[in-house]
Amino acid sequence: MKSHPSTKVRAKEVGIELALALCSSVSILTTGGIIAVLLLESFRFFEEVSPSQLLFDTQWTPLFLDKHFGIWPLIAGTLLTSAIALSLSVPAGLIIAIYVSEFATERTRRFLKPILELLAGIPTIVYGYFALLFITPALQFVFPSIGSFNALSAGIAMGIMILPMMASLSEDAIYTVPRSLREGAYALGASKLQMIIGAVLPAAIGGITAAVILSAARAIGETMIVAIAAGQQPLLHFNPLAPVETMTAYIVQVSLGDTPHGTLEYHTLFVVAMMLFLLTMGLNMISLAIRERFKRMYR
Amino acid sequence: MEALRAHDHFPEVRPAPQPAPRKRPLLARPGAERLFIFLARFIIASALVVLVALIGDVAIDGAARLHLDFFLNFPSRKAENAGILAAWTGSLWLLLLTISFALPLGIGAAVYLEEYGKKNRFAKLLELCIANLAGVPSVIYGILGLQVFVRTLGFERSLLSGALTLALLVLPIIIMATREALRTVPKGYREGALALGATKWQTVWTQVLPVALPGIATGCILAFSRAIGETAPLITLGALTYVAQVPDSIFSPFTALPIQAFNWLSRPQTEFHTNAAAAITVLLTFMIALNLIAIVIRAKFQKRQR
Repeated sequence: MKSHPSTKVRAKEVGIELALALCSSVSILTTGGIIAVLLLESFRFFEEVSPSQLLFDTQWTPLFLDKHFGIWPLIAGTLLTSAIALSLSVPAGLIIAIYVSEFATERTRRFLKPILELLAGIPTIVYGYFALLFITPALQFVFPSIGSFNALSAGIAMGIMILPMMASLSEDAIYTVPRSLREGAYALGASKLQMIIGAVLPAAIGGITAAVILSAARAIGETMIVAIAAGQQPLLHFNPLAPVETMTAYIVQVSLGDTPHGTLEYHTLFVVAMMLFLLTMGLNMISLAIRERFKRMYR
Repeated sequence: MEALRAHDHFPEVRPAPQPAPRKRPLLARPGAERLFIFLARFIIASALVVLVALIGDVAIDGAARLHLDFFLNFPSRKAENAGILAAWTGSLWLLLLTISFALPLGIGAAVYLEEYGKKNRFAKLLELCIANLAGVPSVIYGILGLQVFVRTLGFERSLLSGALTLALLVLPIIIMATREALRTVPKGYREGALALGATKWQTVWTQVLPVALPGIATGCILAFSRAIGETAPLITLGALTYVAQVPDSIFSPFTALPIQAFNWLSRPQTEFHTNAAAAITVLLTFMIALNLIAIVIRAKFQKRQR
């Protein structure tokens, strides 16, 4: 006699699958929740301030009596610190990735991985402490004019923080390059470095680009380092030795103050968060699309 | 003979022209490779030095304050009397609550995606959302928590709000780590169980999950060690920086180690910076312990697989 699973068993199976689907739907709810909250509250902001003011004013002083709502100083601060961080972490991360995948022995690799993971796992507040009380004093030897809050030290600390991510993502990209490409390059008489620069890196460029973009998104969204070490002065300039305020640092500044719920100042929180969200989500999506295309290339 | 004569008509045979000593391309010179290896090792060594400096700097700065009293005192206006009792108990509560929210949800979602994975629209949307959420800056989660948990659901600035926010924050990481672990389970295990008449869930519960457990544990420990160090979302949520009570329920107001450290760090007096260093040292010690546990589990697991 063929035994059928009893209806009770089947009901249990269906119930479990449903419960698991519910678990995963939390992610959709979270995404929807973020978008809804940001949209709704930003909308309330735009009821009072026109979008053109946000985009064309060059001053950001929502917490002062004379209010200006030009977001550019915050964006400039974010871009400045992120650019400093990336100019440090992208070359260094790439070199580490190449070294680990093409030169290092298995033992070195196994020793390096936990170190990079540890470096990646250190809370950002520690990097903030390091930037404020170690990097900035060190920089004061080189640039005596540097303020105790400045974009440079925050950028450097952020670069160190992003380095492990950049290194491991580019290593993944380099790892997927098929062996045959390497052997082909060698067969044509290339030296090891010629092989890497002529064959491996061009083949891995998609994954490496994705890694750079993801690092950029991480830098733009980083909060504590810039809130601690970069200062809280929304000024429109690109001088790394002067203090800046990033979008994330502004969010922290407002959250720490006693801004009453429902006021215009309170709503700026959501507008800035919205810009931040759009920026990072855009970068993430581009990076994701590049990685998807790249994955298919070698399959 | 003919051939030889024909040869005579050719002009005299000159030795083949030696190629002029052409310079080898820069990248082909052995020195270039040595230089690259040196550069790479230098960068790695610098990273190591930075890691040591990072940890050493706070540990040395904070060592002076690390007495038993520091763990048993509430914050105070006098730096030398201030302690982290509220902060470390708050962090511990947060950690336990976050685990209890995020672990079942995350593993459930990962099992659904990996084991029940249907190629329908829902699954596609899910993948997109998870990939996107993993890249959302942590402050944004704080904004979400502020509006949804603190205001709309009326949990106020309580442990519950904080833990729910952190749970949402680590959820994508847990899902990705768990999926990674589930993927390492050989297909044969599933097929064997199914062939013996086990249902889908029985297969997952008795075969797949136990095998994937070390991988899941490693990933989740790392995720939670990140959660405990998170500062920005809790500040955005409006977590208080001055709390003089040990939380006694999930609705208690709370502070946490990184928040307390940030609060002390943002004061101008250097004595408070010492406190911040001590608090960070405690936080780091705890996190490094968690990381070591994860490394040990992974090492054991890798040995068993071989």
